[in-house]
Amino acid sequence: MGDEERKYTTVSIPKPLYEKIKKRIEGTGFTSVSDYVTYVLREVLASLEEEEKEEVFSEEEEEKVKERLRALGYLD
Amino acid sequence: MVSKPHGGKLIRRVAAPKTRERILSEQHEYPRAQIDHGRAIDIENIAHGVYSPLKGFLTRDDFESVLDHMRLSDDTPWTIPIVLDVEELTFEEGDAILLYYEDLPIARMHVEEIYTSDKEYFAEKVFKTTDKAHPGVSKVYSMGSYLVGGEIELLNELPNPFAKYTLRPVETRVLFKERGWKTIVAFQTRNVPHTGHEYVQKAALTFVDGLFINPVLGKKKKGDYKDDVIIKAYEVLFEHYYPKNAATLATVRYEMRYAGPREAIHHAIMRKNFGATHFIVGRDHAGVGDYYGPYEAWDLFDEFPDLGITPMFIREAFYCRRCGGMVNAKICPHDGGFHTKISGTKLRKMIMNGEQPPEYLMRPEVYEVIKNFDNPFVE
Repeated sequence: MGDEERKYTTVSIPKPLYEKIKKRIEGTGFTSVSDYVTYVLREVLASLEEEEKEEVFSEEEEEKVKERLRALGYLD
Repeated sequence: MVSKPHGGKLIRRVAAPKTRERILSEQHEYPRAQIDHGRAIDIENIAHGVYSPLKGFLTRDDFESVLDHMRLSDDTPWTIPIVLDVEELTFEEGDAILLYYEDLPIARMHVEEIYTSDKEYFAEKVFKTTDKAHPGVSKVYSMGSYLVGGEIELLNELPNPFAKYTLRPVETRVLFKERGWKTIVAFQTRNVPHTGHEYVQKAALTFVDGLFINPVLGKKKKGDYKDDVIIKAYEVLFEHYYPKNAATLATVRYEMRYAGPREAIHHAIMRKNFGATHFIVGRDHAGVGDYYGPYEAWDLFDEFPDLGITPMFIREAFYCRRCGGMVNAKICPHDGGFHTKISGTKLRKMIMNGEQPPEYLMRPEVYEVIKNFDNPFVE
């Protein structure tokens, strides 16, 4: 169950960018360029997902929920 | 806009009425497995989306990925293994089984995978210790030999004496929307409120539209406050000291794991599913004994840029006589001699001895509530 068993794949980036990142992460908590790139990509993807359309409930379901909230005193 | 559910979609796994009726009428035809109270509560939380995106108990890939990487196998952040353990196998992979708490059928489960785990490895990864004195570790060591993964459908919930205060994520999401809150900070607690809690909650509320206080109810340790004491104490605090249009109180049933930093992340994910956009992380969040550093949980949040809920790190509050109010180490310039730290243990001792804590530590109305219980503590 060690790290070696995790599935990884290779992505190519321009060498100058690699060098730039390598320099950038010196003295930070990131131990490799791969770690840093993974972190940044997760951040970017998460913010893109946040912008996607919000899940909406059906009107009927929402009305039912509101009824319960009113009965419990959460809504007037 | 309230937070999107974790994984993008709010999971609901409550059996439709007709399906439920049919399953229950055929219940004797299913292999059955007994579950404990904590697993029944986990099922409730899966079914109502508190644990979104989980649709059931973890299969091996997800379990191992959670232990090793604090993520599900699809890379979604997830730090606490939600697993079902059994000691004896009376079913096999591919079966549909019914899970019972005592004589109550709680859920139907589609058994996708049966596997084993190394308990020591499990404990070390999640709790950072294999010390059996740690309640979470001790629970892992007492688990059955097999883990069973697969999706569930809820059939029955355990009796809930606090149903009036129990809101599901679908309900809090509608509530927040109706109140016009776009930013919501959630506060997790298992204690009666003292002025330190109030300070932290109100400090956080200053920056957002709404405050969502979400006490955890369920199995407690000896000496903890009883659930109804916590609720009544908060009710009175709300009545006298909280803005009605900017704060709300609802409970959630959940079995604490005491996994410190990992559990702080889990608590944040749960509140994200309720719709919260921010989550208060204080000192030694979800810790027990001296297993975790007081602010260790704060560092772990750095590893999750994709968590989807913003942690609010608020330092421990104390009373400063020179400042004349509740402060924290960052904002108070005065010497420690002017400070009174709030210790939950000390407050409990005072209450047990019939002594009223000073008003700057506990609101008198809160003390009145506690005092009116014959025994406010779990025996």
